[in-house]
Amino acid sequence: MNLQVKEKMDDEKNVTLCIEGEVDVYTAPKLREKLLPLCQEGKTVTVDLSKCVYIDSTGLGVFIGAYKMQRGTDGKLILKGMNSRLLRLFKITGLHEIMKIEESAQEDGQP
Amino acid sequence: MDIYLQKQYERLLASYIRDPREDHLYSAQQLSKWIMEQRIPPEELVNFHISTVKKLLPDLPPQLKHSFDLLIEVMIGYGVAYQETEKLVNRQRELENEIDVAARMQQTLLPENPPPLPGTEIGVISVAANRMSGDYYNFVDHGRHSLGVAISDIIGKGIPAALCMSMIKYAMDRLDDHPLPPSEVLRDLNTVVERNVDPSMFITMVYGVYDSLNHKFRYSTAGHEPGFIYHAKAGRFYELKTKGLVLGVARDVDYPEYTVKLAPGDAIILLSDGVTECKVDGKFMKRSKLKRLIREHLALPAQQAVEAIHQKLLEMTNYELNDDQTILIIKRTRSET
Repeated sequence: MNLQVKEKMDDEKNVTLCIEGEVDVYTAPKLREKLLPLCQEGKTVTVDLSKCVYIDSTGLGVFIGAYKMQRGTDGKLILKGMNSRLLRLFKITGLHEIMKIEESAQEDGQP
Repeated sequence: MDIYLQKQYERLLASYIRDPREDHLYSAQQLSKWIMEQRIPPEELVNFHISTVKKLLPDLPPQLKHSFDLLIEVMIGYGVAYQETEKLVNRQRELENEIDVAARMQQTLLPENPPPLPGTEIGVISVAANRMSGDYYNFVDHGRHSLGVAISDIIGKGIPAALCMSMIKYAMDRLDDHPLPPSEVLRDLNTVVERNVDPSMFITMVYGVYDSLNHKFRYSTAGHEPGFIYHAKAGRFYELKTKGLVLGVARDVDYPEYTVKLAPGDAIILLSDGVTECKVDGKFMKRSKLKRLIREHLALPAQQAVEAIHQKLLEMTNYELNDDQTILIIKRTRSET
């Protein structure tokens, strides 16, 4: 499956990236290319994952790289709209405790 | 092109022009193997062919002779491409050899057989999906009938993962003389990884200490889904609790410790995500199916059990591992021997 990354400038400071498909070892570079420069510039980046079906460990590495990059700026990284499988991944890896994750309303709370 | 080869070619061409026969073509095929073995570039052969044709057929129309110049010019391009390919093939061979050496070196980073521990059996298997693995395991002697075990999954595969693995191994070796409790091992390793890896790299790990005097297993995890404990009496698997950030993301991370107790016949099953995220027919294998598979083999001695489970997973995935797989089982024996 492929990966689509759509960028939406909400205003000068806020950007939303809509991700559709799978973030894996093959598609991760595409996300990295878009996400990391935005984080480096200190933007508030909201990543909408509601159409993202799968993230593998390389994909997770992109989010970790982005998180580390924005840590040194006054920007923010917000992840939202994860399905329960993705949320589980962020919980197992402990990333949900340090990253800003907005859980979707219909989340069933299953581990 | 050496003289002997030139003579062979000329003779063949002359007799084919005189009397074209099928067996000439067969000879030409044989000759071409020889020409290629001698690394004769294509433009050189075409050039030789043309001069031989001119010699054998001196009355060729001048227009045709001119056209040969064009052919040689075009063939020069092929010649360059041929040389490039030759170089690439050699380079590829060198790289393959280097990877072979690295893969053998990587094997030496893993401990040999698990050390004996009274009243327990330990089995471990770790198989790379490709030649280099991103999975790592280790045993650490904690003295007083206690053994530390670690399973680690390094993000990514191949050479970067292997380099990272050697860092983890040497960071763990530092702790050999004064073994630390699981939470502190992970805290220590986290500092090492955080300082030394690329920002988008990370490592997951479960570290546990098995005390064979009271049969308690105390463990901590760093973003690693550890696996199961099997309670023989209930005949059921329970997930090992887990909480803790992956190694290498933030500084000063605390890792909680958990303890489980094993009765005779109980077992701890530690896995890497290549096992828990194993794909069968394009779909992730259900955990219930994985548990069933493990249970079917738990009666075997621990080493045979891990090997049989791995074999079964291989069969189910049609021998196409998409990730490295590591399985480690610690089983409390039924009778204390």
